[in-house]
Amino acid sequence: MQVNGVAVEDTFAEAFAMWGARVLITAENEKWAMAAARAMTGFATSVIGCKCEAGIERSVPAAETPDGRPGVTVLLFATSAESVGKRLVERVGQCVMTCPTTACYNALTADASVVVGGLLRYFGDGFQAAKLLDGRRFWRVPAMDGEFVVEERFGVQPAIGGGNLLILGEDSAPTLAATEAAVEAMRSVAGVILPFPDGVVRCGSKVGSRYKSVIASTNDAYCPTLRAVSAATRLSEDVNCVLEIVIDGLDLSGVQEAMRRGIRAAARPGVRQITAGNYGGNLGQYKIGLRDLIDGS
Amino acid sequence: MSLTLTIKSAPEVPLEADALSPEHLEGMNTAQAAAVAVLYGNRRAQLGDFFRVEGQGDGELRLVGDCTRVKRIGAAMSRGRIVIEGDVGMHLGTGMSGGAITVNGNAADSVGLEMLGGQIVIMGNAGHLVGSTIRGGSVGIRGGEIIVHGSVGNETGTGMRRGLIAVGGNAGDFTGASMLAGTIVVLGHLGWRSGAGMKRGSIVSTRPAELLPTFSYACTYRPVMLRLVLAHLRERGLPVSDADVGGRYRRFSGDAVEANRGEILLLEQPAVQ
Repeated sequence: MQVNGVAVEDTFAEAFAMWGARVLITAENEKWAMAAARAMTGFATSVIGCKCEAGIERSVPAAETPDGRPGVTVLLFATSAESVGKRLVERVGQCVMTCPTTACYNALTADASVVVGGLLRYFGDGFQAAKLLDGRRFWRVPAMDGEFVVEERFGVQPAIGGGNLLILGEDSAPTLAATEAAVEAMRSVAGVILPFPDGVVRCGSKVGSRYKSVIASTNDAYCPTLRAVSAATRLSEDVNCVLEIVIDGLDLSGVQEAMRRGIRAAARPGVRQITAGNYGGNLGQYKIGLRDLIDGS
Repeated sequence: MSLTLTIKSAPEVPLEADALSPEHLEGMNTAQAAAVAVLYGNRRAQLGDFFRVEGQGDGELRLVGDCTRVKRIGAAMSRGRIVIEGDVGMHLGTGMSGGAITVNGNAADSVGLEMLGGQIVIMGNAGHLVGSTIRGGSVGIRGGEIIVHGSVGNETGTGMRRGLIAVGGNAGDFTGASMLAGTIVVLGHLGWRSGAGMKRGSIVSTRPAELLPTFSYACTYRPVMLRLVLAHLRERGLPVSDADVGGRYRRFSGDAVEANRGEILLLEQPAVQ
């Protein structure tokens, strides 16, 4: 398969069932809303090491937020609804509640929900107060700059994690440029985040290792420096750099759309091949075929 | 099609009309609805003695005309909608737990006494004891919303435990007395002794107010929660200004004769040059 003259391998990305939540952070201005969102989504690249994956979805204009202040939505994913709840309590408590002027609201309508504000309220040491408005309960936790408002419950829903694209280029600069273009295109899809630094992974992993205590290790099949020594190599001689984009989404269609846009944007000069990572279809619950994405577009 | 009841003979003494609720009249045709029993003073009567009945009960009830002597409309209702085109009598929506009542006119005393849920909107003024306890009771409304676009009398929200009462105009004396929790927003002036004996809860006004000495000034700030409440009320059609939403509020804690955990928030007024 070819897109804009770039080969696209006829394979599939293997994705996993996860649970997701959408959090709206507002603040006195966008700077502080974004500061809280960045803190909350830090160290949240992979469930393997961080217990969750999180990223900034979009900026929300003041006119669209419940308190009329600028906001940012964050998506957070984990392997179970319970784990999403725990991670939200940790991250909203440590990264949003601590950030000046912020408030934090549920932004996902879902059948299931987890308690967040209802636990963070105890920080108020008995001085907290609840408000029920239009069927939603909010907690007001006294803080040194006024009070932190947080919603009692946040919606959680089944989600998709681990959608991915691998971009194989002839040199670092064009590969990075193509990947950045793909990231920009993919971020225009609602309900999707790219949890790695600015959306890009240079350190893709495979399952397992020769060391017993290591559950994931470098993806030698795509390391150019190992082409001559690794029997698993998938790289041709003209590929000298590989970058990956990992995609998590609240639903499968969002992940597919993001991958579709990413392929189109990444197919540019200097890129030799676009492919996707999988484990032979034995681990993940979802197989996202690249041919289907291209044919669908 | 809603069931429409138009006053044809205004009652001269109070007409106790608990039956005027959507669920009670649901599925009834005009003849059945006209035969529903009511209490006129101290004798039995029928709705048809006072109202011309049209339509079919489908969950919405429309009352047209001067209902100032018709009491207990929507009492204990749990669903459906009542629209009243005209003034309405005492005890509107007492103990209601769901549904919505809209009055395109004024309401007499005791709107939404001890209500549990649902919504009451009065486009005009309302009398005393809006959203309060029944005399002798200790707990007022426990949920729902009462929105009065005009002014209200005394003792609004007495013993309130939960929910929202909003007043577009002024509120009389003893607003929020003995409040346990919940929120009362008054866009006009608060009367004397507001919050007397309150344990928790919030009373908000956008005008200066004279408070009891058992309320202590805490700070002046921009409460985020209030932005949510005021934005909600603006959506409901109350004349909430940007200055009300974004302004700084002086917070007073009280009542010190009780738990001292309640608050009165008064919008900071611009300095006079």
